[in-house]
Amino acid sequence: MSRLLIQNGRVIDPANNLDQVTNIYISDGKIFAVGDACEGFQADQTIEATGHYVIPGIVDICARLREPGLEYKADIASETVAATSAGITTLCIPPDTDPVIDEPAVVELIHRKVKNAGHANVVALGALTLGLKGEYLSEMAALKTAGCVGLSNARSPVHNTLVISRAFEYAATHNMTVFIEANDPWLSNKGCAHEGPVSTRLGLPPIPYSAETASIAHYLELITDTNVRAHFCRLSCARSVEMINQAKTMGLNVTADVSAHQLHLTEMDISSFNSQCHVIPPLRNQRDRDALRTGISHNILSAICSDHQPHEIDAKQAPFPATEPGISALETLLPLTLRLVNDGQMNLTTAISKLTKEPAEILGINRGTLSQNAAADICIINPATEWTLDANSLISQGRNTPFHGWNFTGKVSQTLIDGKVIYSAN
Amino acid sequence: MVNKATRKTDNMIGKDLWNIQLDNNGNLKHLLTIEGLSTEMLTSILDTAETFAGVNESVKKVPLLRGKTIVNLFFEASTRTRTTFELAAKRLSADVLNINISTSATSKGESLLDTLRNLEAMQCDMFIVRHESSGTAHFIANHVAPHISVLNAGDGRHAHPTQALLDMFTIRRNKGADFGKLRVAIVGDLLHSRVARSQIHALNILNTGEIRVVAPKTLLPKDIEQMGVSVYHDIQSGIKDADVVIMLRLQKERMQGALLPSEQEYFQLYGLTEERLKAAKPDAIVMHPGPINRGVEIDSTVADGPQSVILNQVTYGIAVRMAVMSMTLGSHSTSDDKQRKSS
Repeated sequence: MSRLLIQNGRVIDPANNLDQVTNIYISDGKIFAVGDACEGFQADQTIEATGHYVIPGIVDICARLREPGLEYKADIASETVAATSAGITTLCIPPDTDPVIDEPAVVELIHRKVKNAGHANVVALGALTLGLKGEYLSEMAALKTAGCVGLSNARSPVHNTLVISRAFEYAATHNMTVFIEANDPWLSNKGCAHEGPVSTRLGLPPIPYSAETASIAHYLELITDTNVRAHFCRLSCARSVEMINQAKTMGLNVTADVSAHQLHLTEMDISSFNSQCHVIPPLRNQRDRDALRTGISHNILSAICSDHQPHEIDAKQAPFPATEPGISALETLLPLTLRLVNDGQMNLTTAISKLTKEPAEILGINRGTLSQNAAADICIINPATEWTLDANSLISQGRNTPFHGWNFTGKVSQTLIDGKVIYSAN
Repeated sequence: MVNKATRKTDNMIGKDLWNIQLDNNGNLKHLLTIEGLSTEMLTSILDTAETFAGVNESVKKVPLLRGKTIVNLFFEASTRTRTTFELAAKRLSADVLNINISTSATSKGESLLDTLRNLEAMQCDMFIVRHESSGTAHFIANHVAPHISVLNAGDGRHAHPTQALLDMFTIRRNKGADFGKLRVAIVGDLLHSRVARSQIHALNILNTGEIRVVAPKTLLPKDIEQMGVSVYHDIQSGIKDADVVIMLRLQKERMQGALLPSEQEYFQLYGLTEERLKAAKPDAIVMHPGPINRGVEIDSTVADGPQSVILNQVTYGIAVRMAVMSMTLGSHSTSDDKQRKSS
């Protein structure tokens, strides 16, 4: 079968503590070997990677592809192409599609669409409760068999605490991770901006810190009780980072992630009613942003994700509170992360680890690494390319980004999935 | 650190919130918020209003905006504000179109932008906008054709600039132009009040000696002291030695949101009575943006009493709105218009 050699790149593989200029040998879509020489390996194709970073394909722990249900915003084909152009080889989608991912047929439908599209891998979270309604348990075992890598109730609240507790116990029975978007709906109260000086000045309905932190505290007690493995999604508050740190110190089996935009933007960015910065959870203040950065560099937070939410133009063309939250973020995940490295906010290995090894571990998939026999999902980056983001040139069907006009250094030159070059910049 | 210089993008971003209000010559193009206006600009609006106050009393009508079409675009119910805008426009000889959107286009699924495009196509010169969402006036100003001026007649909890201007006008008429020696207390539901936010900006721009806000914590937005006010939870100390007491309307639905236990308890703690008013200076004036809830935030004897200037506020509202309309439409009027104005 086909044999591929990627030579002389700076290979960075946090899973194997590797950061050196060397070669990668790929055979039958899997990593055959990593090293300077590989006896008897006859490459059918050679990629010259001198001066480039060669890293595992990026694993994005949260991206909404809008299919099924909201295909006017985007679809699996459009978004998986955008993903591979940005070095993302695996996407994890939350279950809040329409229909909800609460039965195997929906998972199968998605897998079929993904296969037909032929780009990035897609894994799904199953619904924690039927229809995300917070009343009845979903058929978790069946969802697991169908390929779901975890369970979540997405942004839908579960009002009955006993239902949460039992859902956690049942998930633990099947050794499944629950993914929690911590939000107390009573406290967030249809708000659209962080409760602070900016929301006060602009008169925007506020979301207090406690909407997130009170919810995390509530969930942590249930996690302690049920011993389920839990992952907290998209933290936005300094206090949340502290709480996760304490929980980990106490030995709880919890992890957490943050979206790339939360590491860069703050409430100040909405101060001209800029609807492109309307996101949920809301942009907090600089202290929170810095704590989230520290959370990443101190390994309290395990993953940086895109929290990709592509929209049609009209979704953002309205008065701020009436616009839909979210950013089309696949194509800025790696650039924003590299920017933190370039600005000296974190080291390169940590950054790559948060995009590859750690999210793959949370999802329990054998990707995000260049270990022998792992799937040859690889991202090759030219770290010297300087470029400016143009919202209108995004490959994603959603052009909603607050990062239009930002300058970045470092760009994906090639993306491989299962040993095949699926994207090439030239 | 994020590099400021690299952060520019389409329509709104990169432009400061208030800068879109001014044209390239620094003239008023739109009035969306008080925030960011200069002391000179505010004073100039109040001075212009002063000249129109005479028009209202005797002449009734001037031809400044003859041939202009002004659209009252109200997405939220209003009586006083809409009426005074309409009167102001008519006294400037403009044609006025009243559109009550809640019962027309948007309920048929037309988007706000579509509504705007249609009105633009009818050759209008000014939109006066009221909407329940904060930021609507900015959104519209960012999307209308360049010849159209936008006046904010209230957007969500954000701003109600002409109300704040007419309040400043009222204070100036009663207390003189030196705001530095004044102590102003704003009492009531600041959390939901666009009027209070605009008043606070205006009072700060006019260098008011002291601005106090008085309310229970449930009716104060977070970090309001960062807007340049001192916070009181007790009305007695809050209005002590005040020159101006501004009472805000309390909406009945605040009980449902668990912000307050009852109207009775609110009146007991924060209602302005004759007895309480004695804590303010003897010549203090009492203001209220209306409509009044008698016996909820203010006692009738105070509302109708000698210190109340509540009805004057309504009258001045016409002159102030005439001033703002003539200044915004005047800033991009033809030379013919300008000549007429100066004569």
